[in-house]
Amino acid sequence: MGERKIRVLVAKPGLDGHDRGARVVARGLRDAGMEVVYTGLHQTPEQVAETALQEDVDVVGLSILSGAHMTLVPKVKRLLDEKGMDDVLILVGGIVPEDDAEELIRQGWADRVFTPGEPLEKIAGYITSRFAES
Amino acid sequence: MDKEKAERIRKQKELWAEEVSGLKERSEPFVTVSGKPIRALYTPLDQEDFDYEKDLGFPGSYPYTRGVQPNMYRGRIWTMRQFSGFGSAVDSNRRYRYLLDQGQTGLSVAFDMPTIMGYDSDSDRAEGEVGRCGVAVDSLEDMEILFDQIPLDKVTTSMTINGPAAIIWCMYLANAEKQGVSLDRIGGTIQNDILKEYTAQKSWIFPPEPSMRLITDIFAFASDHVPKWNTISISGYHIREAGSTAVQELAFTLADGFAYVEAGINAGLDVDRFAPRLSFFFNSHIDFFEEICKYRAARRIWARRMEDKYEAKDPRSLKMRFHTQTAGCSLTAQEPENNIIRTTVEALSAVLGGTQSLHTNSMDEVLALPTERAVKIALRTQQILAYESGAANTIDPLAGSYFVEALTDEMEAEAEEYFRKIDNLGGVLAAIDQGFFQQEIADAAYAYQQAVDREERIVVGVNRYNTGEPVEIEIMRIDPEVEERQLKRLKELREKRDNDAVRRSLEELKKTASGNDNLIPKILDAVNAYATGGEIVASLKEVFGEYKEKPSF
Repeated sequence: MGERKIRVLVAKPGLDGHDRGARVVARGLRDAGMEVVYTGLHQTPEQVAETALQEDVDVVGLSILSGAHMTLVPKVKRLLDEKGMDDVLILVGGIVPEDDAEELIRQGWADRVFTPGEPLEKIAGYITSRFAES
Repeated sequence: MDKEKAERIRKQKELWAEEVSGLKERSEPFVTVSGKPIRALYTPLDQEDFDYEKDLGFPGSYPYTRGVQPNMYRGRIWTMRQFSGFGSAVDSNRRYRYLLDQGQTGLSVAFDMPTIMGYDSDSDRAEGEVGRCGVAVDSLEDMEILFDQIPLDKVTTSMTINGPAAIIWCMYLANAEKQGVSLDRIGGTIQNDILKEYTAQKSWIFPPEPSMRLITDIFAFASDHVPKWNTISISGYHIREAGSTAVQELAFTLADGFAYVEAGINAGLDVDRFAPRLSFFFNSHIDFFEEICKYRAARRIWARRMEDKYEAKDPRSLKMRFHTQTAGCSLTAQEPENNIIRTTVEALSAVLGGTQSLHTNSMDEVLALPTERAVKIALRTQQILAYESGAANTIDPLAGSYFVEALTDEMEAEAEEYFRKIDNLGGVLAAIDQGFFQQEIADAAYAYQQAVDREERIVVGVNRYNTGEPVEIEIMRIDPEVEERQLKRLKELREKRDNDAVRRSLEELKKTASGNDNLIPKILDAVNAYATGGEIVASLKEVFGEYKEKPSF
């Protein structure tokens, strides 16, 4: 990656207002040396994809605690693809049952799902390792 | 305590301290879950100024430290009120009737995100969210189905609704009248606490000023027509879930409470006309003693301020009545069965802290909405505490403990310190505007996560004793057809209702919103014409505008 910092968009798509996880992760990734943009709450998938494009990010982290992940994640993925951002790493966090997490990954809608209790280090470590590979 | 005796105890304490200083202590810091340091030992020396009459008094008497009822649980066990709602009104109605059959004594309705944010199920913004984390209620018709065969003069109902609280409340009132139950006979609670939405839960609709007006309109209407209704549930729960410490939860919740009192007074209401119907809602986190002290301090602060500063005369205005829910944020996705134990500890501290009603979380709520089996265990936890543990036999059993009284005093003093800070910022609304609460909470949440990551705070099954075994537990799934069925019913409603009447009622509502008259009668008219929540919110947005937050982390 050279000297360019990894750029991450932490986004809250949908209507739920639980932003504790999103904000803690945003801060943790910034402290881990990444460039972090946070969308704020109540974003439509269109707004998320547009911000990802404008901010030219490498990673999109979607935080969803309302149960709407099976609708919102594929929609964000499709919109990112349409904008030519099909190589963006998509991470999901929140209340996501195991089966749904597997489905999101199997369908290629997300690269990885993190559920409550994951240490910040693990999330940051996963992102850096993915970019070290390429 | 006489001087000689105090001196003797002081000497003995020095000897003890000397002995202890030579012994090895465990490496984990001795702090509460909020990061507050706890001493190894508390003695009468920590309570030298203790004054029983001034600091504690008797249950049911000022300053209510020991509880708001003279007989507490010896008269009646707390209300067991499990928060629930999912899918359609039909699904939730079935769960409510199941819970009532199992011995639950009050209802508590969870709404889905579109309802909470003021969107109808057929709005673009609602896609994928209908019925997911609560029940979808678009119109009075859904409310009628939700309480089908549940007599509203027999149960009390708590509804977790804030931005559109006035609208949902009006649907409940209209439904009661349809059941033939007059408004002076129904009881329950609407959360209706918009201030904590701006600081913690983040489900807002309108800007602060019109939101406060809707709230004081509810205060006024209820005191005239629905006297048994708790018009607001001033909530620390979400502040804590967002990551605050116990003292922040205590201080910010009470500061919000005082802001509502001031809003009521500024709207021209006599404090004793509305304050008796204010109620509170606290979190019960995992740190057993800190939580108990928080409830005791909360009652005392409320009583003192209501009397000294707001000159309330009616004793009911001084009594802080509250609901408690165990801490969702203390639960872990790993080994979910352990959550039953966490919840038990948390529920016991709420009981020893004198709660009026209680929700115990189900073990699987960190993964999805709870299954019927998990909810049953959660309810049984309360019943075992109530009827087997002996915890309900005597009132405020921890009073007089050197530790508990010292911690109660410290938490009260720290809360007072926050009140001064908030006053210096220009009050609660100004502090929200400056992002003060949001930043304090975010800092505390981050500090907590770092303590967990550094293993200074141990979470069993997460950063200690983690076996890495996959989670095997039954999960409740929401039928994906719920959304379709809800959309179909909404479409039919829009066709069969008198749309001219709907339009007229919304025009009237907008006119009133532009003036100063009480909005509740107009919202009731709109609801009775089967206008939807989304339509009523959209009409009010035209007059009031919408709130926007500047994102930060």
